[in-house]
Amino acid sequence: MPTIIAAAAVLVIALLPQVAPWLQFVLTLAIAKGFAALGVAVLLRAGLISIGHAMFFAASAYAVAFLARAGVNDLGLLLILSVLGGAFVGAVAGAFLVRYRAIFFAMLNLAVSMVFYALCAKLYGVTGGTDGLPVPVPAVFGLVLGEPAFKSVLFYLSLGLMVLVGLAVRRYLNSPLGHALSAVHTNEIRLEYLGIPVWAVLLIAYVVSAALAGLGGAIAGFAIGRVVPDFAFWTASGHLVLIAVLGGIGGVPGAFIGALFLELLHSAAVTVTDSWNLIVGMTLIIVIMFMPQGVYGLFARKEATSL
Amino acid sequence: MTPPILEARNLHVAFNGVKAADDVSIAIGDGEFLAIIGPNGSGKTTLLNICTGYIRPRSGSVLLDGHDITRLSPRAIARRGVARAFQIPQLFSAQRVIDNMMLALAATDGLWSAVQPLETASRRDEARALLDLVGLADDADRISSTLPEGHRKLLDIAVALALKPRLLLLDEPTSGVSALERFPLMEALMAALRQRRITALFVEHDMDVVARYASRVLVWNAGNIMAEGRPDEVFSNAQVRQRVVGVA
Ligand SMILES: Nc1ncnc2c1ncn2[C@@H]1O[C@H](COP(=O)(O)OP(=O)(O)OP(=O)(O)O)[C@@H](O)[C@H]1O
Ligand SMILES: [Mg+2]
Repeated sequence: MPTIIAAAAVLVIALLPQVAPWLQFVLTLAIAKGFAALGVAVLLRAGLISIGHAMFFAASAYAVAFLARAGVNDLGLLLILSVLGGAFVGAVAGAFLVRYRAIFFAMLNLAVSMVFYALCAKLYGVTGGTDGLPVPVPAVFGLVLGEPAFKSVLFYLSLGLMVLVGLAVRRYLNSPLGHALSAVHTNEIRLEYLGIPVWAVLLIAYVVSAALAGLGGAIAGFAIGRVVPDFAFWTASGHLVLIAVLGGIGGVPGAFIGALFLELLHSAAVTVTDSWNLIVGMTLIIVIMFMPQGVYGLFARKEATSL
Repeated sequence: MTPPILEARNLHVAFNGVKAADDVSIAIGDGEFLAIIGPNGSGKTTLLNICTGYIRPRSGSVLLDGHDITRLSPRAIARRGVARAFQIPQLFSAQRVIDNMMLALAATDGLWSAVQPLETASRRDEARALLDLVGLADDADRISSTLPEGHRKLLDIAVALALKPRLLLLDEPTSGVSALERFPLMEALMAALRQRRITALFVEHDMDVVARYASRVLVWNAGNIMAEGRPDEVFSNAQVRQRVVGVA
């Protein structure tokens, strides 16, 4: 049953741009942010809140721009290499960060991402400073496309990846490693006494989450056609946490539901009011107070909790 | 006697000047079921903490099969076949009972798979068999935090058994377990230990349990071993009767 609902939802999303073409960009961006929020949600499983994941979002987007400048011009290759780039930055940062917990973890992620942001903004020669770098339209399997055609390809590719990567992440979370990750939240002492290296469990999760954020960033870079330091700004990181919480950490679809919900709300709201932040704030309050499972909790079948 | 599995030599530990271990030496041989008894706060749990690398002694050493493990982490010692059940159960409270068990099983047989699910048919069967053993078969699908305290205790022991240890350290396995369930638990535990050839050291307050099951008893008092021997020998010792058995 949930599979049918999910399939129907994907189908509706796939058809929406046929009805309202302007939605294609909004939806592509929503999916991109959904990937990044999913990365944040993966770490939330371990009870760790990263307020710095926009860094990896930006890192992969910059990687696309750098690679394009260096002559790489294939969509698939650019995506793969840039995600690997994001994962690599994640491995380096994670090796240092996974030793920390709670507020220290959150704040250090924030701090590292702010350093990254500052470097992007200041190293004019490399990153183009606050102007950022262009992300040109790449070839798709050797096919050179016009921009509108490419944007459609990008949208449907993102949608397909959302399903495939979503299933893969769900598999990961159901695996022993995924369960060990949740166990970090509940009892680290027992994990150690099981002989399980907590740092390795966390580092793997951190790299996975950075790669997810990176995939989102690469897609966003292609969709927008430019990458700027603001991709890595802390408000963007906060936004990802917000989406992850909004979606609920319970399930993989939550991150995408949260992102779609927020992006659609955004595009609807800007046409009628300029109090966007008010709306977001109120929404979040309502979700946290009345739906602790997040928006996803509305759809997910209730866990059989015995008393 | 065969060379000991675990040996502690001249341990000294103090917390804020209070001696929890004052030149303590113990040895536990293959196949023993060694009981440690002693009044509250005498340092029994501290001894288990030292033997599992959770705290470092100020001086002295711990040997496992003759190798020094004093400075190893709990994780490294666990990987050498030493499992522990805690005085206060250490569980993954938000997870189901069976998931606690399966994660413990996975810790020894394939933690690193990110593709296989945690729940495989063989793991589930093995987990259920162990839950059956401690009498928790009916609780398999409950969230661990909803178990009554006694059952949490049983689950903690089952989790330790799931690691297939050679040496099991049990910190008051029957405390919190109802008087009715106490002896059935001990019978099942002893059967499992014998069948799996597990050596065990257990801290215990229930003297009936000690008298019935221990192969040897160490009497602990204020960071020191004040008596040692077979249960009947120890319990006929006047000093022990007064200081420990009377108190417990
Ligand atoms: N981490 C610690 N920090 C400070 N003091 C400690 C610590 N651990 C134990 N102690 C103290 O050391 C002494 C021995 O404690 P321990 O828990 O080992 O006793 P125990 O014999 O297990 O007692 P019980 O029968 O109540 O479980 C106590 O006085 C306790 O307060
Ligand atoms: Mg104790």
